[in-house]
Amino acid sequence: MATTHTLSVLVENKPGVLARIAGLFSRRGFNIDSLAVGPTEHPEISRMTIVVGVEDSPLEQVTKQLNKLVEVIKIVELEDKESIERELLLVKVKADADTRGQVLDAVQLFRAKVVDVAPDAVTIEVIGNAAKLKDFLAVLEPFGIRELVQSGMVAIGRGSRSITERTLRPVPVAVPAAAAVISS
Amino acid sequence: MTEQKAVKGPAMAPHEAAGAVTGAQSLISSLECAGVENIFGIPGGTILPAYDPLYDSTIRHILVRHEQGAGHAAAGYATATGKVGVCMATSGPGATNLVTPIADAYMDSVPMVAVTGQVVASSIGTDAFQEADIRGITLPITKHSYLVTDADEIPRVIAEAFYIASTGRPGPVLVDVAKSAQQAMTTFNWPTELNLPGYRPVTRPHSKQIREATRLLLESRRPVLYVGGGVIRSRSSKELRMLAELTGIPVVTTLMARGAFPDSHPQHLGMPGMHGTVAAVAGLQKSDLIISLGARFDDRVTGNLDSFAPGAKVIHADIDPAEIGKNRVADVPIVGDCREVIADLIVALQAEQAQGNTGDYEGWVKFLAGVKSQYPLGYDAPAEGLAPQYVIERLGKIAGPESIYVAGVGQHQMWATHYVGYEHPNTWINSGGLGTMGFAVPAAMGAKVGRPDTTVWAIDGDGCFQMTNQELATCTIEGIPIKVAIINNESLGMVRQWQTLFYEGRYSNTDLQSKRIPDFVKLAEAYGAVGLSCDSPGDVDATINKAMEINDVPVVVDFRVERDAMVWPMVAAGTSNDEIKYARDLAPEFEEDDL
Repeated sequence: MATTHTLSVLVENKPGVLARIAGLFSRRGFNIDSLAVGPTEHPEISRMTIVVGVEDSPLEQVTKQLNKLVEVIKIVELEDKESIERELLLVKVKADADTRGQVLDAVQLFRAKVVDVAPDAVTIEVIGNAAKLKDFLAVLEPFGIRELVQSGMVAIGRGSRSITERTLRPVPVAVPAAAAVISS
Repeated sequence: MTEQKAVKGPAMAPHEAAGAVTGAQSLISSLECAGVENIFGIPGGTILPAYDPLYDSTIRHILVRHEQGAGHAAAGYATATGKVGVCMATSGPGATNLVTPIADAYMDSVPMVAVTGQVVASSIGTDAFQEADIRGITLPITKHSYLVTDADEIPRVIAEAFYIASTGRPGPVLVDVAKSAQQAMTTFNWPTELNLPGYRPVTRPHSKQIREATRLLLESRRPVLYVGGGVIRSRSSKELRMLAELTGIPVVTTLMARGAFPDSHPQHLGMPGMHGTVAAVAGLQKSDLIISLGARFDDRVTGNLDSFAPGAKVIHADIDPAEIGKNRVADVPIVGDCREVIADLIVALQAEQAQGNTGDYEGWVKFLAGVKSQYPLGYDAPAEGLAPQYVIERLGKIAGPESIYVAGVGQHQMWATHYVGYEHPNTWINSGGLGTMGFAVPAAMGAKVGRPDTTVWAIDGDGCFQMTNQELATCTIEGIPIKVAIINNESLGMVRQWQTLFYEGRYSNTDLQSKRIPDFVKLAEAYGAVGLSCDSPGDVDATINKAMEINDVPVVVDFRVERDAMVWPMVAAGTSNDEIKYARDLAPEFEEDDL
């Protein structure tokens, strides 16, 4: 049975890296559930959080194939229990004078935030894991959801360890002498 | 591939920055520093700046007639020499014509660098004249690729490209250079160090895995060495022979590994797979331990995976971790360079032998020897006409195992792999993974450029030959005297064979009529080559000998063979290797009591 795995992928911040990774997934027939990419504390490294739905043995292929990409520096699978996973949701809900109070109650209960108000709708921002966002949407559903947009998941391991700290240590390789390249 | 010695700095005097140069000059200087001696290519608008300094360079540029020829020539050159092959083309159609050879090199792990021109940086993305996103197009078929828009990056990118192409699991690297970067002024500084944090191929095998493999080897009763192209690329034929002779374990060599182990060696069972020998197929199928060395359990080897070698444990050694466990679960995965893996296994097994621990493979070896003698490779000579297998067999005998043989794809390729007789690595060059018809002539040209003192025979089909024979013009003009044996059965023979076997002989669009059109002898002559023709068994030796005597121009021999010959043995696509047929409707019978 397919299960969901969360991969943190450190990549060189170079043009085309995203295309390479997305292309790899589609070519090898792996399915991406969600993908988020952004900068890290090191300007030359970007971090992707990729959620894939695969069985264990294809997952090994996913990580091995990803590792073959020259610009992929490190891949770490984040376990549910040992990591913090967050998604961002912006949702526009119908809310007039009659219903606004109830909508605002839901907002408070879920520690969400109203970021825009119109006479007949409010726009709400909420951050949480997938389960929380799903629950929140279920509560809002009866009021009428006009529009929603959701980010990919970002995730980070718990504790003090960093997956980036050792990766930036430069490992230079000597350019082989021409003669070594061609006739060793 | 081989471990790179950590030598600081290039062997030749670095072209120190002597003030400002163009990006184009920097590109050519970089290629010189990377050790490039030959480039196959065609100029065009966006690569034009690079061709100007190339005119004064020590690098020989061979002007081909089609970019596909340049790419396959670079592959043939790389395969024959072990050096990195280089091809060059302009943007747009020039670059897209390289797509097939790049894909071919990717599938067969050929070290290659393809340099293409790109439209000026400010025009990229505007659908400019002769613009194609070649980097995007080749993303899934390159080991790595670059788009260079800043002239200052050229030396580093070229150094990285050669390093990546030739180390680890070799493969093609594309360097797409915008015309504006070629024209810009820059300084040339050949790097002494590269920083590739995401690229660290593992060449040293883990000692724990070697111990575990040794244990399985000694426990096993029916082991087989399953040798793939990795043994050729890592130049470990000598080590392989030592391992085989130390243990007495039977050897099979895949299509990509033909020549890695001598065909004449008594332990050699031949090639496994769809058209493998009965002994090699049985050797894998009935084994209890497969020692895979630089092979990848390709579908053409395993047939139906679920029924492949059901009783075998697997030791899988490969430099590419992604190959291990991809198709077949490995009991002992070993990531490493084949040469080091084999060397470590030898040391471990010798230590065991010193303690009196040796494997007992006697019954197994005897069983396979029986299969091998009962089901040797062979063919029935037709009552009339010329057997293609006979032509290839004679060619192998007369030209000998020191020559290089380059095949296209199809029936002739399978006969060439079986009937030539290979004794040395890098003497058999073909398109294995991608199966590219038209590979032979340009790849033979590249092989001959790399090994000018070696006789190079292209064994080609009449269909294949008509896809790329324009490179004979290049061969004649550039003084590259290859020899071409066209196995002319006036058909797309392998497709026709499948039509015979699986489509009730309905020969839809496989009749090429190439005994009538074109006239291959005249065509050869038109290219300034010598054209010969042969259609009877009695003339074969004399014709080959005549071709062997011509060494100043290319020779093309039109061997007009009978068209109904088929490739045997055969395991039909998608079926189990147990279903191997020795000849049509003839399944081998194994006396398994011997096991």
